[in-house]
Amino acid sequence: MADSKKDTKTINGAQLLIKLLEHQGIDIIAGIPGGANLPIYDALYESSIRHILVRHEQAAGFFAQGISRTTGKAAVCFATSGPGATNALTAIADAKLDSIPVVAITGQVSYSLVGTDAFQEVDTYGLTLPITKHNFLVRDVMELFEVIPEAFRIAVSGRPGPVVVDIPKDVQLQTVNLSELPDIFILEEEDIEDKETLNTIEKAARMINESKRPVLYIGGGVINADASQIITEIAEKSSIPVTCTLMGLGAFSPENPLYLGMLGMHGARYTNFLLDETDLLIALGVRFDDRATGKVESFCPNASIIHFDIDNAEINKVKKAHINIVGGLKPILNKLAPLIKANERKEWIGKLNDLKEKHPFVMPPETDLFHPLTIIRELGNILSEDDIVATDVGQHQMWTAQGYPVRKPRTFLTSGGLGTMGFGLPTAIGAAVANPDKRVVCISGDGSILMNIQEFATLADLQPDLKVIIMNNGYLGLVRQQQEMIYNKHYIASKFDSSPDFAAIAKGFGIKGVRIGTDENPIEVIRKCISEPGPCVIDVPVRSEENVVPIVPPGKANYEMIGGEL
Amino acid sequence: MDSQYCVIELIVKNHPGVMSHITGLFARRAFNLEGILCGQIGNSGDSRMYLLVKNDERLEQIIKQVQKLYDVKEVSICKDCKPSIFTNISELVKNSSCEI
Repeated sequence: MADSKKDTKTINGAQLLIKLLEHQGIDIIAGIPGGANLPIYDALYESSIRHILVRHEQAAGFFAQGISRTTGKAAVCFATSGPGATNALTAIADAKLDSIPVVAITGQVSYSLVGTDAFQEVDTYGLTLPITKHNFLVRDVMELFEVIPEAFRIAVSGRPGPVVVDIPKDVQLQTVNLSELPDIFILEEEDIEDKETLNTIEKAARMINESKRPVLYIGGGVINADASQIITEIAEKSSIPVTCTLMGLGAFSPENPLYLGMLGMHGARYTNFLLDETDLLIALGVRFDDRATGKVESFCPNASIIHFDIDNAEINKVKKAHINIVGGLKPILNKLAPLIKANERKEWIGKLNDLKEKHPFVMPPETDLFHPLTIIRELGNILSEDDIVATDVGQHQMWTAQGYPVRKPRTFLTSGGLGTMGFGLPTAIGAAVANPDKRVVCISGDGSILMNIQEFATLADLQPDLKVIIMNNGYLGLVRQQQEMIYNKHYIASKFDSSPDFAAIAKGFGIKGVRIGTDENPIEVIRKCISEPGPCVIDVPVRSEENVVPIVPPGKANYEMIGGEL
Repeated sequence: MDSQYCVIELIVKNHPGVMSHITGLFARRAFNLEGILCGQIGNSGDSRMYLLVKNDERLEQIIKQVQKLYDVKEVSICKDCKPSIFTNISELVKNSSCEI
């Protein structure tokens, strides 16, 4: 063991925890101290790990997600017992739904008090059981030697996900002789030797080569597997159009003529129409989510399905696959690629171009300066391919997914599965701290930003190069839109009666704030703000009653889209 | 009880949270769970668990989800188990008497 410590000394559980985290290579932790995790913070006092004091435990979880989503590595957050842990739950559940490796370490009341309704006691183990990949309640200091490296192994291996480690205060204070630290888990790519799998890969290649109208349907699993390059190779060689899920954006270049953009509920019309005609759906790292498939029975009705995914439980869960492989995408596709024959597919690509011409994704005219899509398109011109965009949840999120060209994996951070308003700001701050060489933009709405606005304080502390653009329409826009389109224009609880002055709020926190007037050119103001270093909050009064189109009404088939026609 | 039911056999790590993990999974994924039998296997630190479930199209998904649980070491459909082993249990429960 290279890193082992040979000299034996007595330390406590909290010190052991910090040593194990350092040993894992953790260098940043976001969190908030409290009664039940103070020994951990006391141990952190001696550590080289940088601690980021956020202002709400949910933000600590999202901060860790910002690190993890941009680097692919597991990241850590701390919270105390009781309300600390319950505050963190939303960020943990969010990480579960989007398969993000986060290790949340919570303080717990002393084990001798567990079950007595002690001050700030809550059943963190029970609460996190359904929203984690796995969770641990540590009952003895010796367990830490196994639990901590195991927590990281679980978080990053297979389908990644969050792990909670709940540590009672008396375990944190229990002493232990430290002799050597356990090995850390290193994720290794395995080559495929299994005969059956190799046969299935050959069969998949035959199906792809024989198919007349194939489509690649790729998702977040491709980003986690770092398989975007090999997919591009396959798609280009065999002329296969590629559609991305929300979580898959960035896995295929939007500048590639084979790119179809996002599919499903807010996909372009031609994309959903083309999927209706495919005879072979090659589903990679996707889970056939209802926002992507629409009414399942009508999704790709004429297609055979090849499904490759690292999680066996996703195979046949929603849609029966004709052939499937469970495993890491990269080794599978590395074996598949050489078997794919070059094919121009003139007819099918002709069909794609024809549909695209007749049913394109319709952008507003460039002169429509206060349409959110205009602003988002311009952001695509202002930012470079390495810059990072985080969104909140709502209309602005869907417009960003439709209109922002995500050119590289891990540069687009969005709450896909759980759809958490309040995700954007703390995740963006985490991303900015983990990637100090990159510019970060958080696109939010006037509804979402208020759900973690206290993090303006963390922004003021850290002063990262991060711009928050608030698409301010005075509504919970996506709710208003559904009420207009589906609930007979019965508008209830979707319009805000008052609107805060976000620029003044930002200044109150000690950061720059800009409120764009309706007589100004918002693009020019945004461009100027982005060119200046440091944080800035930009409040943009977008047109208030725009809808995200096209839209597939919930429960309908994807071809039954409303709106977005030429 | 008849062939509309089947019995899933599990070997699990025996610790205080394992039962919550299993039953929680069934509840949150809306899988039916008709009966549970559980006991420690000697002093091995493992327990064997029998789950009585409906034999329908969701069985494949149930097994795959159970396999994903960290504390579950082995999952199989118990071909030799008769769902009737649960009959005595339901009698016990119905009659609230230990003399069965």
